[in-house]
Amino acid sequence: MPRITMTSVFVDDQEKAHRFYTDVLGFVTKDDIPMGEHRWLTVVSPDDPDGVQLVLEPDEHPAAKPFKAGISADGIPFTVFGVEDVAAEFERLRALGVTFTQEPAPMGPFVTAVLDDTCGNLIQIASPAQP
Amino acid sequence: MGDVYRAIADPTRRAILDELVERDGQTLFELCTRLVTKHDVASSRQAVSQHLDVLVDAGLVSRRREGRYTFHHVHTAPLGEIPARWPTTGG
Repeated sequence: MPRITMTSVFVDDQEKAHRFYTDVLGFVTKDDIPMGEHRWLTVVSPDDPDGVQLVLEPDEHPAAKPFKAGISADGIPFTVFGVEDVAAEFERLRALGVTFTQEPAPMGPFVTAVLDDTCGNLIQIASPAQP
Repeated sequence: MGDVYRAIADPTRRAILDELVERDGQTLFELCTRLVTKHDVASSRQAVSQHLDVLVDAGLVSRRREGRYTFHHVHTAPLGEIPARWPTTGG
């Protein structure tokens, strides 16, 4: 039975992505290994350093950029991160200059918001709706 | 300019207007998510986009491109034609 150990986002610039995903979102570096022109670069949640790794993967394949542009234009997030409290996280990130395409809103059993990762992706953050 | 009466004759289009009045300036993704979670509208993204085209034609919604994103805004002014044409009567 496979387990999910990694997931990835296509980023337009690994160095910029590394800064955003660590300095702004708050992940910590797990692996940073030179791989020729690019790096094998992963980050993890500081609360769960042995948990799922997020691979910051170069988007240089010709199909990647049109895909990112197409879904972003319609506001579709590429992936979802869980947070304790979307409203609080929204305030924290907005104060750091993060752009949101969707402010916190209840969506069924979750509260969600959608942010721009500055690397060509929209990312949804979600927390359970308050009981 | 499309017909405002035709535009609001459809319940999904009325729900779209409800959601944009609640929060103006939404992406297609946000609108679709609100429709499915709050109004039980299971229309495809493409169908919702076509409903938006009708609302845009009637002047009730506009699309604004900002950077890589498109946001939808509501304009209720064309609905003023309704009470102007049929003023509210007493009791």
